[in-house]
Amino acid sequence: MTLLITIFAAIAATLLWYKNAPDNSMRYGTLALIYWGASLMWFADAIFEYAELGAEFFTPAAADMLNDAYLGLCVVALGFIIWIVTLLIKDPKGIIRKMLVKKNL
Amino acid sequence: MACFLVPGTEAIVTTIVTAVVKKKEKNDLKKASYEGTSAAEKIGTKFSVKLGWLNKMLWGGSALLAFEHIWHGEVIPTFPFLTAVKEGEVGGMLAEMGTAGVTMAVLVTAAWAGMVIVSSIIEKRQAENTDSKEVKV
Repeated sequence: MTLLITIFAAIAATLLWYKNAPDNSMRYGTLALIYWGASLMWFADAIFEYAELGAEFFTPAAADMLNDAYLGLCVVALGFIIWIVTLLIKDPKGIIRKMLVKKNL
Repeated sequence: MACFLVPGTEAIVTTIVTAVVKKKEKNDLKKASYEGTSAAEKIGTKFSVKLGWLNKMLWGGSALLAFEHIWHGEVIPTFPFLTAVKEGEVGGMLAEMGTAGVTMAVLVTAAWAGMVIVSSIIEKRQAENTDSKEVKV
């Protein structure tokens, strides 16, 4: 479930990036790459889990699925936080810099 | 257990490599502009930018995976920070890092290599089209 939610987040971020390209001021590409990186890593984890559990891998208990879904949503939120912090630090539109300069004047 | 440490370590290495490549590209660009050559225009997407894609995937993925490990109680806020080390399961942890961790790092790097190859092919075709248009004119 965590893998699935992260993949959907990666697809949504990629679509956002493509819709706005070549304008890169919102750094949607970074968000997409964060989620794709995590998705690939969880996919590798899923391969090993499948090798261990077999078909049981596809029939998780309801409580496990709920916990994994909750984790997936938290992971997506953390991805957003990493992206927004990166965006504010890099400040590609110069908005924060302008505000700080205004305050100092 | 601690599989995210493998792509995390790779991320540190690729970040250092990116910094070195960026510096070299800057020097090359300076040299090219000093000599008056048009080398700078022919580069396309810089390799440091392409390395940046790998860095973002590795750092982002490792951070989210580290969070998952905290969620499952495999990473703890006190020394030695890893439950496996605390409980004396170092062998199992290293085995997992060697299998799942290495597979994660290889998979992300392979995906990035695919992206670099595809982008290079597109850039090459674009350059060939531009050249042939210039010849026609």
